[in-house]
Amino acid sequence: MPVNAVGRELPERIGNYLVKPYQGTNALEPTSKKVVSNRVLTLRPASGSKVVDTLEQAIQATGLKNGMTISFHHSFREGDLVVGQVLTAIRNLGIKNLRFAPSAVVNIKNPSIVDFVRDGTITRIEASGIRGELGDAVIDGLMEEPVILRTHGARPRAIEAGELEIDVAFIGASAADEYGNATGQIGPNACGALGYSFIDVTTAGKVVIITDNMVDYPCVPASISQQYVDYVVVVEQIGIPEKIGAGATRMTRNPRDLMIAQRIADVIAASRLFKNNFSFQTGAGSISIACTNYLADRMEERGIKASFALGGITANIVEMFNKGLVRVLEGSQSFDAVAARAIAEHPNILEIDNAVYSNMYGKGCMLDKLNFGVLTALEIDVDFNLNILTGSSGEMMGGLGGGPDVASGADISIAALPIVRGRTPSVVNKVFTICTPGETVAMVVTEAGIALNPRHKHYEMLREDMEKTDLKIVSIESLRQLAESFTGKPKQIECTDKIVCIVEYRDGTVIDVIRQIKR
Amino acid sequence: MEQRVSLKRTSLYVSGSSPANINEAVFYNEDCIVYDLEDSVPTSEKDTARLIVYNALRYQRPADKYVIIRVNGIYSEFLDEDLEASVRARPDALRIPKVESAEEVQKISAKVAEIESQVGIEVGSIELWCNIESYLGVINALEIASADPRVVALALGAEDYTASMKAQRTKQGLEMFYARNALLIACRAAGVDAIDMVFSDIDDLEGLREDVSMARNLGFDGKTAIHPRQIDTINSFFTPSKKEINYALRVLAAVEEGKRLNKGAVALDGSMIDKPVELRALTTIAQARAAGIKIGGENHAG
Repeated sequence: MPVNAVGRELPERIGNYLVKPYQGTNALEPTSKKVVSNRVLTLRPASGSKVVDTLEQAIQATGLKNGMTISFHHSFREGDLVVGQVLTAIRNLGIKNLRFAPSAVVNIKNPSIVDFVRDGTITRIEASGIRGELGDAVIDGLMEEPVILRTHGARPRAIEAGELEIDVAFIGASAADEYGNATGQIGPNACGALGYSFIDVTTAGKVVIITDNMVDYPCVPASISQQYVDYVVVVEQIGIPEKIGAGATRMTRNPRDLMIAQRIADVIAASRLFKNNFSFQTGAGSISIACTNYLADRMEERGIKASFALGGITANIVEMFNKGLVRVLEGSQSFDAVAARAIAEHPNILEIDNAVYSNMYGKGCMLDKLNFGVLTALEIDVDFNLNILTGSSGEMMGGLGGGPDVASGADISIAALPIVRGRTPSVVNKVFTICTPGETVAMVVTEAGIALNPRHKHYEMLREDMEKTDLKIVSIESLRQLAESFTGKPKQIECTDKIVCIVEYRDGTVIDVIRQIKR
Repeated sequence: MEQRVSLKRTSLYVSGSSPANINEAVFYNEDCIVYDLEDSVPTSEKDTARLIVYNALRYQRPADKYVIIRVNGIYSEFLDEDLEASVRARPDALRIPKVESAEEVQKISAKVAEIESQVGIEVGSIELWCNIESYLGVINALEIASADPRVVALALGAEDYTASMKAQRTKQGLEMFYARNALLIACRAAGVDAIDMVFSDIDDLEGLREDVSMARNLGFDGKTAIHPRQIDTINSFFTPSKKEINYALRVLAAVEEGKRLNKGAVALDGSMIDKPVELRALTTIAQARAAGIKIGGENHAG
């Protein structure tokens, strides 16, 4: 069995999937030379309108057939009502055996994605993450074909490399006109940036806009241009507003998380890269939100202003923008209502294409210009590899998101996690699932101290900068020992040989696989 | 016991019946951890709490903190077993609730000594903090503070005290003003530390700031915290500021210079530096160092 650069043994093939082992973060040149697109030359609709009455009619009009690939974006998050309605319509039409390839699977209920897998509507899944009921079912061996998990940056790469050709993209939009101009920025169910759908819209064979808010032509702002859109369907409701931004903007009160957040801000402030025009991505976890606030304090104290903040945008980053602390916000996603509205209100708050944000084979992405990136993780090992997918019993806990892309792109990537969660250590010898290779993680910040990664490209600079501070620098091994001294050594999770998920790195190589849990 | 932390700015209560909180407590910036066997532990869990605290101290003891166990009350049925377990856990100190007389302290001290000698710990090595939580405790504060060489601190408890006084608890705390001063005077007279009462509203950081500011100005050495969120605020008031440290350094430099030039009296910024000023400067630097602030010449890292 071949072994990849992070020491994982991988089969040469997994069913029809040919395994390319991970070789290092910037080791590979792209192999396919021409960008692949399924977009077809199309004459304007004779009627002058692209509106069709029902989802069923739209699906039939796209020519969707058994075995094809469909896609969605995840910008409505847990409030999504588009995926369930479309899949139900597809089921009603008796179309089966589809490859379901959303930018991420949101945890929808009633109906659940599991139902559509069980009845054969969906037989393959490729996404950033599969959490909730679907995740549990996949880990338990629900599917014949393994799920392919890709980072945010890996998905546009896979699409343009021809590894993930999308036949029909179903795009939920909170406002649209009859000719297909559409946006997520306005309307009762606004979700903000639609940055994850741009690659689908520009490369899919057919594009269907689904909205509950038809506006007069032309729809302004138009995140999605009419030139890519085949059909528009109006449904009663595309999302539940309170769930679209739920959870993301809450400031944690957990003193441990606050302490970690504060230390991250201290680390950033202690770095020589913390100077005017620096750039950052803090993310949307509870530690990240708190960290953003502390970072704003440090910037105000020192009179430092940032050039841009990147990735998922939150209310408190918008607040920094309003205070003049950041010049530009580049958001592929808006995590709350404030961030969603802000794009339409300020010319310097931008909705960006996820590919511009994170695709490493796109002639340079914005992550290449990032100074500081905060990475939340479930586990870290003594080689600084991060697990952001699987929990202490092997269950699916999250999605890859952009974490591995941020780690590779940012000058200083800072992993943040407590050393112990409940009864489980989160600093371990080997993480259960490697998602982010250790060589791309500059340091980990925990409640028990900060460990620098000697293998990181900026180790010497960081060490020098941190030695000038009072920050407690420890070895990752000592953090592991400390965590284990609290919890003991957990029993290893036992798996069968069946591979249920393939974890692709941003360059399309396989960094790890997840096997079925033995029950 | 050789490495004592001299700082007692914050004493964080951690319930003996919560292993998760016990594990986490070591990572915060409090100077002292108070593992509690008393109020935060339900009667049915007293035995497990003893075991948990004992093991936490024997196997997970934080190296850089002053460790205290609060046992149950002097007249409680749990005290004897608490002492048996607690002394064997070898904390820096025991915290005794509701102390009202010197005699009570001496009785506890004798019991502790008995167990110390049984288990081979140097007799007298475990210190005592006495909680003053009633009018009688306040009246007898000086005799309590001087009752036994083990006593190193008195800590004020507001809830029981105000109940004993038929007083109402308020945020401003005027009802505690006399007790705070009485306890402080007793502590200074006996040469022990004075620890201020808990500020109960953990969501009111502004109120906490006002309360701890008053405590610091009155002269307290530290304050009890009931939630980790309160620690940094309390520490900040009991930690010398950059300005104070810089001034102290300049005072000490002027004194040095005076000695070098064999001058009898030295002045700084037009004021004479006498012995109390020099002492205060030394205390400031010692407190700053103990708080982990790096001091080197005028260029200390804040």
